[in-house]
Amino acid sequence: MKPGKPVNVEPSAPVADAPQAWDNMGRPTQRKSEVRLGREVQARIGQQLRALYDDVVKEGVPRNISDLVRRLSEQEDPTA
Amino acid sequence: MKLDPAIRDQVLSTVPSLRAFAISLCGHVDRADDLVQETLLRALAHIDSFQPGTNMPAWLFTILRNLFRSEYRKRRREVEDAEGRYAETLKSHPEQTGRVEFNEFRGALSKLPSDQREALILVGASGFSYEEAAAICGCAVGTIKSRVNRARTRLADLLSIDSIDDFGPDRATRAVLTGTGRT
Repeated sequence: MKPGKPVNVEPSAPVADAPQAWDNMGRPTQRKSEVRLGREVQARIGQQLRALYDDVVKEGVPRNISDLVRRLSEQEDPTA
Repeated sequence: MKLDPAIRDQVLSTVPSLRAFAISLCGHVDRADDLVQETLLRALAHIDSFQPGTNMPAWLFTILRNLFRSEYRKRRREVEDAEGRYAETLKSHPEQTGRVEFNEFRGALSKLPSDQREALILVGASGFSYEEAAAICGCAVGTIKSRVNRARTRLADLLSIDSIDDFGPDRATRAVLTGTGRT
């Protein structure tokens, strides 16, 4: 995983393509529409979750942390 | 031994995401930054145990999570308090997301059991695979899947998203969802 890599999408119930959500009489089937409602809700939850997380990610590396890493990486013995 | 600059850069490039994860664990920005610093000290002291070419983010996340579990969980009351304040302590979000909706979401997230929130964030926000998340949390892949699913279900319940109206004005989507888009 790297920053910027697309995150994983929904794992749960594989959802059929939209046209298959109607029965052979052209009526929407209850089960499929429930699945799609769940999928839509989950997509929104995913968006909000990532927005919340990315707010922090966008702050980048705080100065004190980058200084710490650079200092430690120059030491002969980082534990010293 | 000086650190290979390539390794150092891998570490640095993981820090933003590591911080976001730490905040989600601690519920507190200052404590999260302390945790990130401790993680980096620990990681760089044991950099020999990192195998170049393997997953640096997963390695660092594992160290951070273990530190959090072993040290921070001792302060149980404080941590629980922090979880309660999780929604308040995160920075507010830019304007493109409706403020009310977003605060509701943060509030709901803070109500999840910590193991479910952790799994959801690793998979849904940090971008780890289920396998990677399972390795980070030291549990089975199926356990992670189950936690993520329960977290999503619980969030939907908490947010009362049984009506798609709650989620804004996407008419076309709503029409499809309610079946009214078809004549």
